[in-house]
Amino acid sequence: MTAPTYDLGKLHGGLRLPGHKAISTTAPIRDVPIPSQLVLPITQHVGDPAQPVVGMGDRVLKGQVIAEPDGTLGAPVHASSSGKVIAIEPWPVSRRYGDKAPCIIIECDGEDRAIENDSRWEDFLSLQPADLLLRILDGGIVGLGGAVFPTAQKLMQARTCKIETLILNGVECEPYISCDDMLMRERAAEILSGAQILMHAMQLNSCYIAVESDKPEALHSLGDALAELGDERLVLKQVPTIYPSGGEDQLVQLVTNREVPSGGLPTDVGCLVQNVGTAAAVHDWVIKHEPLISRVTTVAGDGIANPMNVRARIGTTIADVVKFTGGYAEQADHLIIGGPMTGKSMSTDRVPLVKATNSILVVLKTSFQGRELACIRCGDCASVCPIQLLPQQLFWYTCADNEVKLREFGLIDCIECGCCDLVCPSHIPLTANFKIAKGRIQELADEKGRAERARRRFEARNDRLEQERQDREAELAQQKESAKRAGPAAIAEILKRKQKPREDD
Amino acid sequence: MWIAVLTFALIALGAGLALSFASRRLPANADDLVEKVNDLLPQTQCAQCGYPGCRPYAKAVVDGTAAINLCPPGGEATVRRLADLLGRETMPLVERVEPSVAVIDESLCIGCVHCRNACPVDAIVGAAHFMHTVIESECTGCELCVAPCPVDCISMRPLSNARLST
Amino acid sequence: MEFARRPSPYWSARVAVPSLMLQVLAALVPAAIAHVWFFGPGFIFNLLVASIFAVGGEWLMMVLRKRPPEAALTDYTALVTAALLAFAVPSLTPWWVTATGALFAIVVAKHLYGGMGFNIFNPAMAGYVVILIAFPMHLNLWIAPRIGDIDYQYLTVLQTLKYTLTGSLPDVLGFDAVSRATPLDVMKSGLNGMRTVNEIRANPIMGDFGGRGWEWIGNFLAIGGFWLLVKKIIRWHIPVGVGVGLLLPATIMYLVDPGSNPSPGFHLFSGATILCAFFIATDPVSAATSPKGRLVFGFGIGILIYCIRTWGSYADGVAFAVLIMNMAVPAIDLVTRPHIVGHDRKSDNS
Repeated sequence: MTAPTYDLGKLHGGLRLPGHKAISTTAPIRDVPIPSQLVLPITQHVGDPAQPVVGMGDRVLKGQVIAEPDGTLGAPVHASSSGKVIAIEPWPVSRRYGDKAPCIIIECDGEDRAIENDSRWEDFLSLQPADLLLRILDGGIVGLGGAVFPTAQKLMQARTCKIETLILNGVECEPYISCDDMLMRERAAEILSGAQILMHAMQLNSCYIAVESDKPEALHSLGDALAELGDERLVLKQVPTIYPSGGEDQLVQLVTNREVPSGGLPTDVGCLVQNVGTAAAVHDWVIKHEPLISRVTTVAGDGIANPMNVRARIGTTIADVVKFTGGYAEQADHLIIGGPMTGKSMSTDRVPLVKATNSILVVLKTSFQGRELACIRCGDCASVCPIQLLPQQLFWYTCADNEVKLREFGLIDCIECGCCDLVCPSHIPLTANFKIAKGRIQELADEKGRAERARRRFEARNDRLEQERQDREAELAQQKESAKRAGPAAIAEILKRKQKPREDD
Repeated sequence: MWIAVLTFALIALGAGLALSFASRRLPANADDLVEKVNDLLPQTQCAQCGYPGCRPYAKAVVDGTAAINLCPPGGEATVRRLADLLGRETMPLVERVEPSVAVIDESLCIGCVHCRNACPVDAIVGAAHFMHTVIESECTGCELCVAPCPVDCISMRPLSNARLST
Repeated sequence: MEFARRPSPYWSARVAVPSLMLQVLAALVPAAIAHVWFFGPGFIFNLLVASIFAVGGEWLMMVLRKRPPEAALTDYTALVTAALLAFAVPSLTPWWVTATGALFAIVVAKHLYGGMGFNIFNPAMAGYVVILIAFPMHLNLWIAPRIGDIDYQYLTVLQTLKYTLTGSLPDVLGFDAVSRATPLDVMKSGLNGMRTVNEIRANPIMGDFGGRGWEWIGNFLAIGGFWLLVKKIIRWHIPVGVGVGLLLPATIMYLVDPGSNPSPGFHLFSGATILCAFFIATDPVSAATSPKGRLVFGFGIGILIYCIRTWGSYADGVAFAVLIMNMAVPAIDLVTRPHIVGHDRKSDNS
């Protein structure tokens, strides 16, 4: 079957941002040494928290499962090195911006002994797709682009839809972040192998690997690996360097010219999107039996002394990672996990590096300037919005707390990319306002739901009381009727019976 | 000049006739409006507005016999939405209330069913002479159960954030 | 190490309102120089008066509204309003006329509607219309351009200044001696007098397209306008809309009857057409916001300018056209909403 051909779609709006990637891609990926202590949050994925299956004082080996998924959506957590569990307690985590969440803390013994693989590991091509999916589930693999959706469940959901093509996301459009770029340069073969595994699991015959045009070395490296592999189902596609073309829905629109429906998924339009890092992780697990215990992370920003890309064990604290790279610069004001447009700001560097940590960015206070003024209705925000929303109108309606209009103008479709903030001459924090407004809409929707339930219960109660009243009246009427038919003698008999107990008292 | 006067007079006459025709043949359905007003109310059925339930209050608001600021559980937001819907002036809420739920002190409850019968949304369960309890997720905080209790075992507790998010 | 938290994104916008306004003022400088060259120093005095009263009015309103005055004064929007007003009035204008216009523009049209970002009407045009109707004689005192071959007594700098401050002309010159009709005035009265366009164009005040001196100012305004387009400070939709809206009927009527309809070139380079297309109608606050909406907005202004010039009683209709289209902006915005990605196209408003 030939690969489906699409006209390259066009993304509305977006921005050409300064990349700031060259400085962190001059050297190969460096390995951060195993720290003395690993902090592993039990929730490193979207879904229900995993439950620890080890206890205090247990000795664990590298690659051993230490937390199992609990519930329908989740992924296991593996120990990133050998050592002893010294605590299972709340610790600052990046998922909560530095607030605490339950973590398993392991004191490493330095030996880095791996768990024994005693089960025979067959070639994945001989497995049934459903079995392959179960195997992927056990590897703790989640979306490494930052969304950390459990990969196995994503594939299982996709199997219920008609998927035509797999799209590997090597776009990495956000400035500073270059971990995927380095991965594509150094591990192109493993990425392609991962793609083949995923295609077998999903029974697909077409795969596009999308890379931005500002990554010539990665394109070269992937091109060579593709030529060597000789699998015609995999096609390399270059996309223009526009932020935010790396967003899942935006990439689908760019590669296939189809719009993902509002509230829907790429699977609704026949596409399955996976990050290149996820593909490499799938390869490592399915072929080499190495679960997800490390990842590549970019360390960059004006607040970092030596920007670079590193591979670190999951559970290494950010403080340890930054120390390895050479520490902070003279001034370091904000620690961000992620990129300068969509990253999360942390309160402390004690948070551990987890599956979602694609970038550690330290910025200075001076990157923010300008007073907030009133909106001058210039419309520049609308011209850069990739979803073709009207951020200006959304802002006015947010100020007016008009929930109906906010829904009508598509606030819930906002992907919080931050493009509108960057072009606003009045320096209005639009994205932050929209995040708050989304919470407000949810709050109002919840209130409405509660009111609806109360109304239904009220009306049901009224119906019940009415029914009881009618039943009583019907019964009374029936009694009167039967008494009348029985005649006066029967009535006298009943009356006598009723009076008897009183006489007996 | 007279032509201009005549033209405008004819336009005004025509417009007036068209409007009166429209208002007669396409009247605003009063029942629809009562439904719309009822949808904006929080459905606590607490009677704090002076009407025995939300729908009677809605009807009174549409009829014009009730002001739009009589619903404390609805809050300022409801007053504003009613004002927008009906084209009336907003006004300050007659009284503010904290969202809360009823809690029965089980050590004092005698199982008399008075509170259960008083609850307009059947949020209290319990048979006669058996323990009664409030189903927290269904309680609207209307306080109608507090007065009928002969042993004064029902108290109102403010809603926690965790409760609000479910 | 501990850090402070902030919401994303972690970059600031490079553009800011004050710098946008300063660039708009910079784009007006070449045209300002041409204005002074052809029509004398009156423009400078008017600009000073307008700026003083605009900024003063803004300061006063911010104090009365209990807001910090620096918040409004440092965004330079009052200066832009003052500059546009200075371009709109004749170079010989007494100070109280310009002052009234500037005060009305800032106090009523801008601050009483809520301040920057909240005004429905273009403040400069609202101010201009008020003084046009309140001081009709003063706003008809246009003077002749400084071109060698016109028999005209030009005022000196001091005489101009005296007129600006006191409203009195030098004793030897009367009102009629000093005032000259603008090209649009000449065209309109000529056509009303049943003369043909070619006959009217023989008047020495007429240049290649519009009026002499005026078309040079138009050229420099166009240069400034294109510079703003290149720097993406304004978008092309409104200028193109105004251009098409005005030139389309002008071209059609000219082709149908060149004798009684001036050429599109005349319309383009006369009056405030170019000033309107690039500087007045593009005021973002009072214009439509979506690209389609802006085309419609500009087009409406162009059509209205043509109608007022041809069939209305005013020589130039820019101010009224802009104000009328300002009123239509909410309706235009309502029907020109773009399709939201991922939404059903049929359910969209546009």
